[in-house]
Amino acid sequence: MLKRIYAIFRARNLEFIRDRGSMSWNLVLPVALMFGLSFIFGDDRAEYTVGVVQDASAIDATEHPFLDTRYVKFVAVGNIQDGQRKIGRHQLDLLVEFGDRPQYWINPDSPKGYFVEFSLLQADAEAGNRITRSQIEGDPIRYVDWVLPGILGMNMMFSSLFGVGYVVVRYRKNGFLKRLRATPLRAGEFIAAQIASRLILTVVLTSFVFLGTQYFLDIRMEGSYLALLVVLVAAAACLISMGLMISARVTSEELAGGLLNLVTWPMMMLSGVWFSLEAAGEWVRLIASMFPLTHALQAARAVMLDGAGLVTVLPQLTILLVMTAVFLVLGAFIFRWHPR
Amino acid sequence: MPIALEARNLVKKYPGVLAVDDVSFEVQEGICFGLLGPNGAGKTTTVEIMEGVTPATSGEVWYYGSPAGKKFREEAGIQFQNTALQDFITVKETLQMFQSLYNRQSDIEHIIEQCSLGELLDRDNRKLSGGQRQRLLLGVALVNRPRLVFLDEPTTGLDPQARRNFWDLIKRILSEGTTVILTTHYMEEAEILCDEIAIMDSGKIIIQGTPKDLLNQHYKNVIIELPMDDFSADLSTIKHRVLETQGVIEIETDDVNESLRQLTAVTSGLNRMKIRQPNLEDLFIDLTGHNLRS
Repeated sequence: MLKRIYAIFRARNLEFIRDRGSMSWNLVLPVALMFGLSFIFGDDRAEYTVGVVQDASAIDATEHPFLDTRYVKFVAVGNIQDGQRKIGRHQLDLLVEFGDRPQYWINPDSPKGYFVEFSLLQADAEAGNRITRSQIEGDPIRYVDWVLPGILGMNMMFSSLFGVGYVVVRYRKNGFLKRLRATPLRAGEFIAAQIASRLILTVVLTSFVFLGTQYFLDIRMEGSYLALLVVLVAAAACLISMGLMISARVTSEELAGGLLNLVTWPMMMLSGVWFSLEAAGEWVRLIASMFPLTHALQAARAVMLDGAGLVTVLPQLTILLVMTAVFLVLGAFIFRWHPR
Repeated sequence: MPIALEARNLVKKYPGVLAVDDVSFEVQEGICFGLLGPNGAGKTTTVEIMEGVTPATSGEVWYYGSPAGKKFREEAGIQFQNTALQDFITVKETLQMFQSLYNRQSDIEHIIEQCSLGELLDRDNRKLSGGQRQRLLLGVALVNRPRLVFLDEPTTGLDPQARRNFWDLIKRILSEGTTVILTTHYMEEAEILCDEIAIMDSGKIIIQGTPKDLLNQHYKNVIIELPMDDFSADLSTIKHRVLETQGVIEIETDDVNESLRQLTAVTSGLNRMKIRQPNLEDLFIDLTGHNLRS
């Protein structure tokens, strides 16, 4: 029995080791992620983001003991209205203004705001209990309202990238693509059919989940459903095209998995799915701006939370469309019907 | 008869391997052309170049007097050696899907009848047996009412009964005037189906012609076969060409009476003796020095 187990064990190991692409990705991916994460978040990872109303961009930590709190990232906010809007949309966990009349603003529906408020009040006790709590203007947004587009977007991302990428690689590996190659079907037509199929499935399923959650959780919807549908279609098309481009030449499912993880993980962490990138550095935001999911979520939240129309989200839609075109052209150009 | 397909000086190089070495031949319309050779001879690569799925390093493929292109793709039917089909799709859906890829279309009902797929129409592709699967793949190759069909080792892996049933299908296709290009390493298959053959070895065509002409050109003799166990004396007394293959002694002779007299002297008996005409397998061994299925 052991002999048989060993025979299979050895064969599988050889298969894995000799598939250089997969082997490389299994080594490169975790290392790249580790370095990337440590670079993005640093040793002193900030769990909370607090806006400080002031003109200068540099925060003076001697102004109040709260500003010396660990695991809190303090960002300068130019004016109170802007800060309040960010509090309302969970981009900031708390907003403080020191000076002659210290005060702070909090979103009563923010779990993180609740905890960071404790730290503020404790630090303020040391400073003489001068700070006052103020109500934010406008209607605060619940965290669930803010995070739902992120969760739906993330689900769409995985469905689009893995759903299309893996299928194409499997078709290539088992010779189905080679069979199609022998027909009048062209690469562009095959890609278009894959996109159309996955697009309809993704849009229908995401719409269904959105409407269900909206009904049961009373999700906030300020804008028009049509605008949201347009954003959804543009985002799905972009992510599916990205999946097709990634799988355009790959012949190993394991390598495809590595490549897809390489794009999905950073997108999941940096596109604003779970938390706002308000506290992130400029270069992190720059990287995030290269991901389609970032623009898709910005547009979806603008429609759902701020009631933005199509004109307002036109910049994000344009970026998504341009990215889709680039992915499609590249994908069709490098597409390979069968392994060489 | 017009020339349906022509290979002109096809060459295919892979790193360190010359898979196809300056191969040229013509296929007349309406015939069954067999490309024979052992595994690794280069016949599948040659056929895939002609099918347009593998680019040649050099050389050209012509279809009815023009370089093979759009018209060829529309009019050629192809059955690969190994083709996966989509899971969770039925036989009928598979035929319909492939048919939709062509402007030129067959009557699906005719294909279903021709390939005996009637009872399988609603069956998932995953649940087909080897023979059923090959029949479906042949059906897929016929959905565009092809003028030319490539069949790449279509009966490999099938049991003898399924193989013979498949030969009947190919004969039906041929009877409708379709040109067939068949690759195989089954000599019996080639002799039964092919009007013309080309034998490949090490990337080259080593001989080409009708099976009958090739055998007539190379053999004026018959072959006597006798198990080696039946020999009781030295074979050197036999005056004709002697070959030993897998425990059987083959004697190629133009004088059976004389050979039988010689054999009587060196064997324990002739009860297990067979006398037969030379076949393509013999021709291949004579030409290349090794067995066709090696």
